[in-house]
Amino acid sequence: MIALQGTGVSAGVASGPIRFYSRKQAVVKRVKVADAEKELARYREATDAAIAQLGELAEKTRREAGEDAALLFETHQMMLEDLDYVAAITELIGTEKVNADYAVHETGRQFAEMFSSMEDEYMRARSADVVDISTRLERILRGEKTDDAAGSAPAIIAADDLSPSETVQMDKSKILGFVLSAGHRNAHTVILARTLGIPAIIQLGSELRREYDGRTAILDGQTGQLVVDPDEATKTYLFDKQAAEREARRKLEELKGQPDVTLDGKEIRLYANISSPAILDAVLSNDARGIGLFRSEFLYLENSDYPTEDEQFAAYKAVLQRMGTRQVVIRTLDIGADKKVPYFNLPEEENPALGMRAIRICLSRPEVFRTQLRALYRASAYGNLAIMFPMIASVWEIQEIKRICTAVKKELEREKIPYAENIPLGIMIETPASVIMSDKLAREVDFFSIGTNDLTQYTLAVDRQGAAGLERFCDTHHPAVLRLIRRTIESAHAAGIWAGICGELASDTSLTALFLAMGADELSVSARSVLPIRSILRATNTSQNREQLLAALD
Amino acid sequence: MKEFQYTILDPVGMHARPAGKLAKEAANYQSVVTIVKGAKQADTRRLMALMGLGVKQGDTVAVRVEGPDEDTAAPAIEAYLRDNNF
Repeated sequence: MIALQGTGVSAGVASGPIRFYSRKQAVVKRVKVADAEKELARYREATDAAIAQLGELAEKTRREAGEDAALLFETHQMMLEDLDYVAAITELIGTEKVNADYAVHETGRQFAEMFSSMEDEYMRARSADVVDISTRLERILRGEKTDDAAGSAPAIIAADDLSPSETVQMDKSKILGFVLSAGHRNAHTVILARTLGIPAIIQLGSELRREYDGRTAILDGQTGQLVVDPDEATKTYLFDKQAAEREARRKLEELKGQPDVTLDGKEIRLYANISSPAILDAVLSNDARGIGLFRSEFLYLENSDYPTEDEQFAAYKAVLQRMGTRQVVIRTLDIGADKKVPYFNLPEEENPALGMRAIRICLSRPEVFRTQLRALYRASAYGNLAIMFPMIASVWEIQEIKRICTAVKKELEREKIPYAENIPLGIMIETPASVIMSDKLAREVDFFSIGTNDLTQYTLAVDRQGAAGLERFCDTHHPAVLRLIRRTIESAHAAGIWAGICGELASDTSLTALFLAMGADELSVSARSVLPIRSILRATNTSQNREQLLAALD
Repeated sequence: MKEFQYTILDPVGMHARPAGKLAKEAANYQSVVTIVKGAKQADTRRLMALMGLGVKQGDTVAVRVEGPDEDTAAPAIEAYLRDNNF
């Protein structure tokens, strides 16, 4: 048994014989030609044939791996017609009177060199694309048929590296996995392997020896481990692990596209929390029905000065457009306390958690608040926006906020800038005061969203990041907090508005049934919790066992 | 000639696929569209040169549009970049 360690880049376990991918390494000779025109014509015909092949590959990939992967081959088509690439090849043929094969090979080498000398790893990976298109042309010029690398029986394909074309041309039913001695995490081959769900390990180095060809191996694409001649115990362990993961994933996958409706027919808004647009892919791939908490702080934390209205507008608009008709609840600036931004020049405070933070900064510095609100209202024309305000404790605060919103809308009207009518305005419920006043607050807004992290801290008077030893005084399931959540939801319903939970507790699967029994209308959770929570809520009857569940609050 | 500044938002910068998309869009106009990054520049008909600029997320580039339809092409290309989250 020989164990090799590489970098796992596409999860999954596979076992079978290793087959080294043999590339026909044709030696390209430089040959002087008498008739350059004829070579140019050969080159042009080869280009046409290559473009036709790539068109078929794009179609095949579109069916197997989707639109995004297919775009790669369309880009290869464009690269073949690139002016500089074409000019370099035709010039070589024309002035030096060399054969088309050599001109293509040499030009491909030069362009690949340009990319591989760049600093950026992503760009370096692109040299593979240039080599790929040049190799395709060379093959056509030699009159070779593009062969199927995978061979006849299913195997783990081993190679130094694989080009995207090589990968896509293989018969997927014959590939158990990829093990590469080189390779880039961002290479298209790796991306394709992930899209196709083929386990893959890269960067195994020289340990991946030719002599393993034909021998049985097992690979774990998650840990990057490759075991040649594995014993039975290793095989059993890895396959059990894979079976458990697959089963869990399959069950969750089945929930995509399913409605968020409880057994007794209540529809729940199952949303996701995000702190940066970079997480949007995860939100959409986990099929969240909306965004329940978009923390706008990233715009302020990532900048060295106040983000401008246009910068904010572009960021909000991009998120709204990607979410389409799905609701996006953007929370206005929530800095202060543990989130410090130097250019705000906030005063040093003994107790920042009780100090100048969140809405208190916004109401004290209306110019900062106005800029954000203008950006939000402008972006509202591009999607389904709701705005939420953090750290509310008093009714006057929301009344003042609404006056500022009205002023902003009037400004935009005067400037003839479009915005959506009737954008829902909501507040975070995260201070005990806001729960106690929730009956009054509910008449001022369109929704409540309970921020359980701060609500727990302010209710129990315990800092979660406080001194060691405080843990047992900071019970996140404390009945005091759970009672406040219930009361908030009741106040909301009495006023005819919806109430949701967006703090960490919303992702706590042991509380989902209780929150539903309390009548929560929305749960906004981390993207990876969306499907697990969906599976629970679809199996929950909110009226059954209600009393029993609510007894937890006693 | 029309020129505007654009800051790249795409986390992987202007690599093969986005460069290809931009080249396709620019081909709808008669004007020549040139991307300028620092001392280097490449027009959108030169896909490899464009990729070779190594434009990354957060880089601000100048986009030059020159030709008979530059007045309509420049704003259209700017909108295209924004709408497609380049």
